[in-house]
Amino acid sequence: MTPVLLIFFVLAGLAVLGALSLVLQKHPIHSALSLIVVMVCLAGLYLLMGAEFVAAVQIIVYGGAIMVLFIFVIMLLNAGEEERTDFSKIAKFAGLPLALALTASIAAGVAKSGANVAGSGQQVIPGATGQISSMLFKEFVYPFELTSFLILVAIMGALVLAQREKK
Amino acid sequence: MVPLQYYLVLSAILFGLGAVAFVFKRNIITIFMSIELMLNAVNLAFVAFSQAFGKVHGQVFVLFVIVVAAAEAAVGLGIIILIQRNRQSLNVEKVNLLKL
Amino acid sequence: MQTPILDLLWIIPALPLLGAAINGLFGKGLPNKIVNTVALGATGLSFLAALEAVREFIYIRNQEFFRKEFFDWIVAGSFRAGFDLQMDQLTVVMVLVVTGVGFLIHIYSTGYMAHEGGYYRFFSYLNLFMFFMLILVLGANYVVLFVGWEGVGLASYLLIGFYFLRKSASDAGKKAFIVNRIGDFGFMLGMFLLFRTFHTLDFHELFAKAEPWAREGWGVFGTLTVASLLLFMGACGKSAQLPLYVWLPDAMEGPTPVSALIHAATMVTAGVYVVARSSILFTHSETAMVVVAIVGCATAFFAATIGLVQTDIKRVLAYSTVSQLGYMFLGCGVGAFGAGIFHLMTHAFFKALLFLAAGSVIHAMGGEQDMRHMGGLSKKIKVTYWTMLTATLAIAGFPPLAGFFSKDQILGAAYQIPGGHPLYVVGLLTALLTSFYMFRLIFLTFHGKQRYDEHHVHVHESPGNMLGPLVVLAVLSVIGGWMAAPSFWSGPDHFANFLAPVFSSAHETEGALSEAAAHQLELILAGVAVAAALIGFFTAFWLYLRQSGKPEQIAKSLKGVYTTLYNKYYVDEVYGAVIVKPLLALSTNVLWKVVDVQMIDGTVNGIADGATATGDVTRRTQSGNTRSYAVWVVVGALTVLIIIFWPAIKALAGGAQ
Repeated sequence: MTPVLLIFFVLAGLAVLGALSLVLQKHPIHSALSLIVVMVCLAGLYLLMGAEFVAAVQIIVYGGAIMVLFIFVIMLLNAGEEERTDFSKIAKFAGLPLALALTASIAAGVAKSGANVAGSGQQVIPGATGQISSMLFKEFVYPFELTSFLILVAIMGALVLAQREKK
Repeated sequence: MVPLQYYLVLSAILFGLGAVAFVFKRNIITIFMSIELMLNAVNLAFVAFSQAFGKVHGQVFVLFVIVVAAAEAAVGLGIIILIQRNRQSLNVEKVNLLKL
Repeated sequence: MQTPILDLLWIIPALPLLGAAINGLFGKGLPNKIVNTVALGATGLSFLAALEAVREFIYIRNQEFFRKEFFDWIVAGSFRAGFDLQMDQLTVVMVLVVTGVGFLIHIYSTGYMAHEGGYYRFFSYLNLFMFFMLILVLGANYVVLFVGWEGVGLASYLLIGFYFLRKSASDAGKKAFIVNRIGDFGFMLGMFLLFRTFHTLDFHELFAKAEPWAREGWGVFGTLTVASLLLFMGACGKSAQLPLYVWLPDAMEGPTPVSALIHAATMVTAGVYVVARSSILFTHSETAMVVVAIVGCATAFFAATIGLVQTDIKRVLAYSTVSQLGYMFLGCGVGAFGAGIFHLMTHAFFKALLFLAAGSVIHAMGGEQDMRHMGGLSKKIKVTYWTMLTATLAIAGFPPLAGFFSKDQILGAAYQIPGGHPLYVVGLLTALLTSFYMFRLIFLTFHGKQRYDEHHVHVHESPGNMLGPLVVLAVLSVIGGWMAAPSFWSGPDHFANFLAPVFSSAHETEGALSEAAAHQLELILAGVAVAAALIGFFTAFWLYLRQSGKPEQIAKSLKGVYTTLYNKYYVDEVYGAVIVKPLLALSTNVLWKVVDVQMIDGTVNGIADGATATGDVTRRTQSGNTRSYAVWVVVGALTVLIIIFWPAIKALAGGAQ
């Protein structure tokens, strides 16, 4: 059991626990906080894989902006504990088996075929951040510019949606 | 080193848990958060593959995913606020005006 | 050879069609005078064109068979039915009768229908009838003939039901058309059989192909026998023979000129024309000839017995028509096709005259048709009286009027064929009955005491345009038979000689007697016929003029017989109970209630209901419930993933085992 593997299992276990917590908690604020746990663990995993830039972005954007937004909204709307309503029959009976089947099929597929992936790497990529940025401005410059446009549209959309009704 | 499969299995488990939450929870915000969980699981897979192949494309794509998720979260939460205003409830089963 | 009109033979039927179209489409606003001009002009010009065509045929072409194809109507594989018209001797007779008598009746109608509503409609239909009848007689193949055949049936329906606001009239029109249809069914089957056998329906080709076939004896139902019998079935419907005659007496609901034209002179003779035209087919089959002769003879006698006791003047004439048509078929059935056509021609003259004169009487009596309410009219409506008397003498068979020669020829031919004696006797008896009931009609209508109220009925003679045709037809009734007259003095029978080329291959009667003996036999038979006519005359004279009261006495003492005859042997009632009622019951209870309502409507509605039910089921997916949508999303994703990962899953499953 190398140290890397040990850290991996710890982080992975925490992530899974966080996800379980998200599923099982009743109050949305608890779910939000669980999700933050998951994200931090994932950031740790990214660091473990040598993707520092991605890890940083994960913490800053996902954890620091998106989740904060979620928590703002939960508090703004005064979301309370979940009621127990039961309108959808199909969700009640077929939901869990389906979701488990989904997981199982992905995992199965992944597990068996993973051996075929010719992993010449498996080590930390040096200068990953520099490579990412050069790619962003060379090969993927078009999508990169488009995302800024996308963010603009999203901002306008959010503004329009959340306006108070004009009386 | 951690074998690639381990990351992928972890990604699958997280994705599955996100799907379960997506189906079972009744609070709209929680459902939305489960979508974010699924996206994160996918991000993990991307980065794992990027490390496995030694190429950096996966990480570039993760950046895009995160950007889009951010935009989507902004708009989605705006919609959730509107729903709360109109239906006075965050229970997704109360949003059922489209039934035949 | 310059035959301009023959080359444009289509103009003979086209002119009445044009008249019908103009009157039909524009006649409503036109004054009566214009309608007259159009209709009379069309028919008159058609008659002139027919005359000219006949002249060209006889003198320029020397009676050489003429046939012209005008355009291809049906071309299917090797079958061709074109709009072909032909002219031969038989056509000459038919086309002159149709256009000539038709023209006279058109003139008469301008007077008779002058005060009726729907004037333009009447003449439009009448012209339409002329068109179809001319197509029928001019056609060179069975298909064109059938077009005319059906068309005259249609025109007959329209004209019988002319007073369509009267239920009895519209019922009569329907009855005529439907009974005709039954006959047409047989006719069509006959056509199909002929086509299947000979692959052509053209007269010239078909008869040439059928000529060498072997003669089918009695009881042998070969192709030609069956085809002939089927064609005869159609003829029975159109020409009102047993058992399809029931429509003709009811057809008297139509205006009198219609009865004269369609139900006396022309349409009902179409059946006889068909049999004569197909003489080659019939003569090849002994069974068919026997059937035709027996049916004709039986119908003649049967109808005459009914006519004895009828009280409506037009009904008597209707049954008389049925009876005389029976004579024509008898003539054809014994092989004397020429005699049958001769009788057709003379009958057209005197029967049309009888009907028109009856119309004149009815017009004079202000609409009264019951003979029991007439009497003593001979001095008051002189022209009508004398013309009607002429026609009666003709139909009874008094020489030298037309009916004598034609009827005598038929009876003579019937006598001379093997086994024909019973037919001859029945025919002779019918002649006696004919004479009796016709003179009964004359005496009841024109002689004796006045049995009507003079204050209500102002008897007046008809106007000139009605009397003119009466006189012309009376003259024709007198001289019409003189073409055959010379044969009585060992001279040629011009009419038979004229028609000989058409029936040349028909099996004529072979007299075993010598020439002189045959001639003597003819004179004897003629004498017997005249004697029968005289017996009928005197009996009627004695019963209705001398002993007035005797008819009622006889009727009372023979009450059963009288009632049966008066009620037409209850044939209509029998048909109603045996055929019509079960058919109606079947249609209502089975075809309507079960097949139409349950099965067809059920299927169609069922499909609609099925669509609705399917919709009901499938709309449950659109529940509006977001959570079920979420489940469907997961299901979809799962499906895609499984499809993509299938090899791996299979390997996993395989490895696990």
